Amino acid sequence: MKFLFHFGRYLGLIRQAFKQPQKQSIYIRQILVEMENLGLASVGIVAIISVFMGAVVAIQMAFNIDTPLIPRYTIGFVTRQSVVLEFSPTIISLILAGKVGSRIASELGTMRVTEQIDALEIMGINPATFLVLPKIVASMIINPFLVAMSMILSIGGGWIAGATTRLFPTADYVYGLQSFFRLYDISYAFIKTIVFAFIIASVSAYNGYYTKGGALEVGEASTNGVVFSSISIIFVNLLLTQILLS
Amino acid sequence: MIEGKNIDKSFGDRKVLENVSVVLEKGLTNLIIGQSGMGKTVLLKCLVGLIALDKGEVYYDGREFSKMSFYQMKEIRREIGMLFQGGALFDSLNVEQNVMFPLTMFTEKTTAEKLDRANFCLSRVNLENVNKMLPSELSGGMKKRVAIARAISMNPRYLFCDEPNSGLDPQTAHLIDELIKEITLEYNMTTVVVTHDMNSVLEIGEKIYFIYHGKIWWEGNKHNILHTENKELQDFVFTSELTKRLRPVK
Repeated sequence: MKFLFHFGRYLGLIRQAFKQPQKQSIYIRQILVEMENLGLASVGIVAIISVFMGAVVAIQMAFNIDTPLIPRYTIGFVTRQSVVLEFSPTIISLILAGKVGSRIASELGTMRVTEQIDALEIMGINPATFLVLPKIVASMIINPFLVAMSMILSIGGGWIAGATTRLFPTADYVYGLQSFFRLYDISYAFIKTIVFAFIIASVSAYNGYYTKGGALEVGEASTNGVVFSSISIIFVNLLLTQILLS
Repeated sequence: MIEGKNIDKSFGDRKVLENVSVVLEKGLTNLIIGQSGMGKTVLLKCLVGLIALDKGEVYYDGREFSKMSFYQMKEIRREIGMLFQGGALFDSLNVEQNVMFPLTMFTEKTTAEKLDRANFCLSRVNLENVNKMLPSELSGGMKKRVAIARAISMNPRYLFCDEPNSGLDPQTAHLIDELIKEITLEYNMTTVVVTHDMNSVLEIGEKIYFIYHGKIWWEGNKHNILHTENKELQDFVFTSELTKRLRPVK
C-alpha cells in the first residue's frame, strides 16, 4: 500500500512538473544553471573513477587470460564491451545517483522546510515545473556527455594500465578495441543513460519535494533519494538489458 | 475583503479547525491570535490555499477561491503577498534578485525597471546597500524586511504575514509592525497577520480574531481586548507582568 501511495504521488509530481512553464526564457536559464550544477560539477569524480575503472578491467582481463588459445587483443575487446555496455552507463549513473541525487533531494528538502516552495506556490508559480523540470531536463542532457567522457577515459585508463605494467602490448589492445564493433552498443548505452538520468533527477526530486519536518528529515530525504534512485536504476537496468539486447 | 466561511480542517483524527468563519477587512490590519498549536497558521494556509479545506469556503472580494483549480488560483495569487515566518527568501538569489523575482516571472519589465522597483521596495522597508548580499548574510530582521519588500513588489491587494516578528528583538519587531501598518494604509490592502505577540496585538490589532482549540473564541480589536471577559483570552493576554499591569481595574 505504501509503495502504491508513493508511486502514485511520484507520478502526480512528474505530471505537475511537465506542465507548461511560466516563462520559457527563465526555464532555459534554469536548465543551463542545473547543467552546470549537476553535470559540470561532476566531471572530476567521473573522470577519476572512469580512468581507474578502465585500468582495473584491463588488468583483470590480462591476468585472467593466461592461455595462448585466447588472443591478447581480447583484452581490448572485453574492456571496450564492459565499459560501453555496463560500466560507464550503469556505474557512472549509480555514482551520479549518489552525488547528484543527494544534492537534488537535500536542496528541495531544504526549500520545502524553509517554506521556499510554499513561497513559489503563493506567487502563483508551479513549483514542480519551476524546480523539478529543469533538473530532469538538465540531467537528461548532460549525463550522456558524462558517460561518453567516461567511456573514452575508461578505455584510455585500460591503455595506460597496459602501457605502464607491460601486461599487454598497445597494438593488441587497440586492435581489440576496434574488433567486432557494433554501433548499436553505443545507442544501447545512451538509451540506458538517458533513462537513468530521468530516474536520478525525478526520484531524488520526489524525495526532497515532499519532505516534512526539519534538518533530520532533510537528511533522511537525501538518503532516501540516493537509495531509491540506485535501486530503481538497478531494476530498470535489468529490464532495459532484457528489452534492448534480446 | 477576504471571507472564510465555516472552515473545517483535520489532520488524521486531529481536528485543527472547526467551523471557523472570519471576515478580514480591506485597509485594516486583521490579526489572528492565539497560543501555539491552536490552528492559527493552518487557518492562514487554508486562506491562501496552501492547505486544502475539508469543508467551508474562502472568498477574495466575492471570488470563490476555495473551489478554484491551481491555474485559476494563480490569477488571485498574483494579487497576494506573503511574509513567511522565516522569510522564505530564495537561498541562491541575492537580495535584489529575491525582490525582483516576482517581477521577472510575471512582468515584461526591463532589467533597469525591475531594479528601480526593487530599490524602491527595499528603501520602503528601510534597507539600502544590501542589494548584493545573500540571505545567509542577513540578520533575522533584515530577512523579514527583504521578504516584505518582495511581498509588496507586485503591489498586492492582499498581504499575509505569518508571525512576522517571531525571533526578533523588541525594537526590530516594533519596526516590522509599524511597517506592516504603514504599508496596509498606503496600498489600501487587506492585511492578515498571524501572531501571538501581545505588543503586535496592542499596536496593530485593528481587527482581532482569537482562536482557541481550532475555534474562533473571541472577536474584537486592540481597544476592547484588554476589557475582555473571556476567560481563555484573559489567560492569553494577561500572561506577562507587563500585560498584567495593563489589566483594567474594576
